[in-house]
Amino acid sequence: MLTVPPAAPTVDRLNPWGVHAARILQVHAEIPDVVTYELEFHDPAVRARYRFQPGQFNMLYLPGIGEAAISLSSDPGRPERLWHTVRAVGNVTRALARRTAGDQVLVRGPFGSSWPLEKCRGHDLVIAAGGLGLAPLRPVLYHLAGHRSEYGSVTLLYGARRPRALLYTSEYDVWRAAGIDVLTTVDLGDDAWQGNIGVVPAMVERLPLEPARTWVFTCGPEIMMRFVIFAVLARRVSPRDVYLSLERNMNCAVGFCGHCQLGPAFICKHGPVFSYEQMRPYLDIEDF
Amino acid sequence: MPDGTIRKLPVGAWLSLEKPRLQELLDLLRQAGYRTIGPRVADGAIVYDELESVAQLPLGILDEQDGGQYRLTSDPKAGYFDHVVGPHSLKNYLFPPRETVQELVQLGAGWEPQPPPPPGPPIAVIGVRACDLHALAVQDRVFLEGPYVDPGYQSRRERLFLAAVNCRRAAATCFCHSMRTGPAVPSGFDLALTELDDRFALEIGSAKGSELLARVDWPPCTRAEIEQAREQPRNLERELHRRSAASESADPPRPRSLDTTGIRDLLLGNLTHPHWQQVAERCLSCANCTLVCPTCFCSSVEETADLTGEHVRRERVWSSCFNLEHSHLSSGAVRNSIAARYRQWLTHKLASWIDQFGTSGCVGCGRCITWCPVGIDLTEEVAALRRATEC
Repeated sequence: MLTVPPAAPTVDRLNPWGVHAARILQVHAEIPDVVTYELEFHDPAVRARYRFQPGQFNMLYLPGIGEAAISLSSDPGRPERLWHTVRAVGNVTRALARRTAGDQVLVRGPFGSSWPLEKCRGHDLVIAAGGLGLAPLRPVLYHLAGHRSEYGSVTLLYGARRPRALLYTSEYDVWRAAGIDVLTTVDLGDDAWQGNIGVVPAMVERLPLEPARTWVFTCGPEIMMRFVIFAVLARRVSPRDVYLSLERNMNCAVGFCGHCQLGPAFICKHGPVFSYEQMRPYLDIEDF
Repeated sequence: MPDGTIRKLPVGAWLSLEKPRLQELLDLLRQAGYRTIGPRVADGAIVYDELESVAQLPLGILDEQDGGQYRLTSDPKAGYFDHVVGPHSLKNYLFPPRETVQELVQLGAGWEPQPPPPPGPPIAVIGVRACDLHALAVQDRVFLEGPYVDPGYQSRRERLFLAAVNCRRAAATCFCHSMRTGPAVPSGFDLALTELDDRFALEIGSAKGSELLARVDWPPCTRAEIEQAREQPRNLERELHRRSAASESADPPRPRSLDTTGIRDLLLGNLTHPHWQQVAERCLSCANCTLVCPTCFCSSVEETADLTGEHVRRERVWSSCFNLEHSHLSSGAVRNSIAARYRQWLTHKLASWIDQFGTSGCVGCGRCITWCPVGIDLTEEVAALRRATEC
């Protein structure tokens, strides 16, 4: 059964088109074409009211250019500053790439569903991410690092095409120090790379795990998520305990515009985070 | 004429309005401040448009409809409302094809969101059919009944006045009887008109309707008139059931009908069936079906700036799942083929809509059949898929 999260306190239930002005505090270069924007709302009242759950997204708006749905990649425990990791790839994100610290961005949000961090408390957690798919999972890692004793073993499996395409490399040791196993892999190494070569699903196959107490969160290219899910189901993890975050064209963010549908789901409204059990019938259908 | 006496007419009361006095109803609505909309002939079709005089109504005009066909004909015996539904629906007014959702003005280095403009006058629509009242209830679920409310839709919807009409004729494309959405106007109207030979039997459906008629001197309907007004759409419904169940040659033109038994699982359980490819070979992906559909709600927001670039409007325009860019992602469109897009439309309309909104997205109005340039008929496509999967 698909569920719809309630309206956020920073979105007017009776006018979800309303935007709040925010300022870019910092632009942090991550990997080629990818930067993280640190945003802060102008209005202290909005800043005080704003809360988000790991996995949710904001609509970032540049007047005259348009809006883009970008997941939150900062610590949900520090909602006064918002991080968005963005690849300059479309109309809006390329225009955003020309903005610098001090510039204004308009924001609607947060929207969407979140990773089930409450429900999986006390369990082991495998987080499998590919490429930019680590961005919507970074709030999960921050939460886990801050509440480590509430969970069993936590493993991050993260892959990218090339070593220089791995995101957030400076934070891996911080997460390790907090008790999170961080394992990385690349499709293609370079002269300096001494780590794993191969795809994330192959790491899942080799990972020691106890299926009955393991929950899985995955985000990345759909093909990667599909094989991660096959691999964990083959290890007898329950499809109810496997969660994924899906990407579709999100235009309105509130289920009015119809763009982001996948079967019965509006990705913006019922998702982007779903249990595999909810979406299983629709994930393998070509062009659906 | 009204003698100034104020009457409190209960909801459910029936008044008898002689046809030559129909203008009085229109005048009452206009005096009450409504922008009055009703059926009018334009460019060879009956569309909704501004209605100032009942002389603009399509008296004596019928619409012959079939797959990919729409023709107006004259019939001296035809009344004001013996046509059925044209390409427009309530959607054109409540969820207009283009609407500003947000305006912004540049101030220094930043932008200032502007307060919403004052709403336009309230709208009264005359001649709304049962299928379109159901379609309105379907769109209400999309725009009003989720965690967020669309403010423009809500403002127009709350102030809307609906003068509905009970159909006494059906086109060959109508299948409201099989969707249980007509032809009798159920509820959710302010007034409902039933066209009799020389008069309208007018049923009051809401306090708003009662208030509007508080000063009229129209007599109550006789018991016989009420009986006739109730029986007329029931007779049509029985006739539709009889004729759509009859064999092809029995009583042409045979009305459509849609067997909705297990339809959700039929469609979502056959997403990879080769039948989608067969439809795709005929479908032009022109999006006509989605534009005329009274429940289709897909849209896109466009940015429009004035020449200085300092005033920006965010305009919501109708979109369609038949457009390639509708499913666009940075990695390309999700639904590249026409087969994928037709499958999206039909499975959404008839199946996943039920998951999303607890109702079918189809109200049996038949517009998508009439206005499809190649006459693709969703009732036939569902029946064909059913046959193909049953054998």
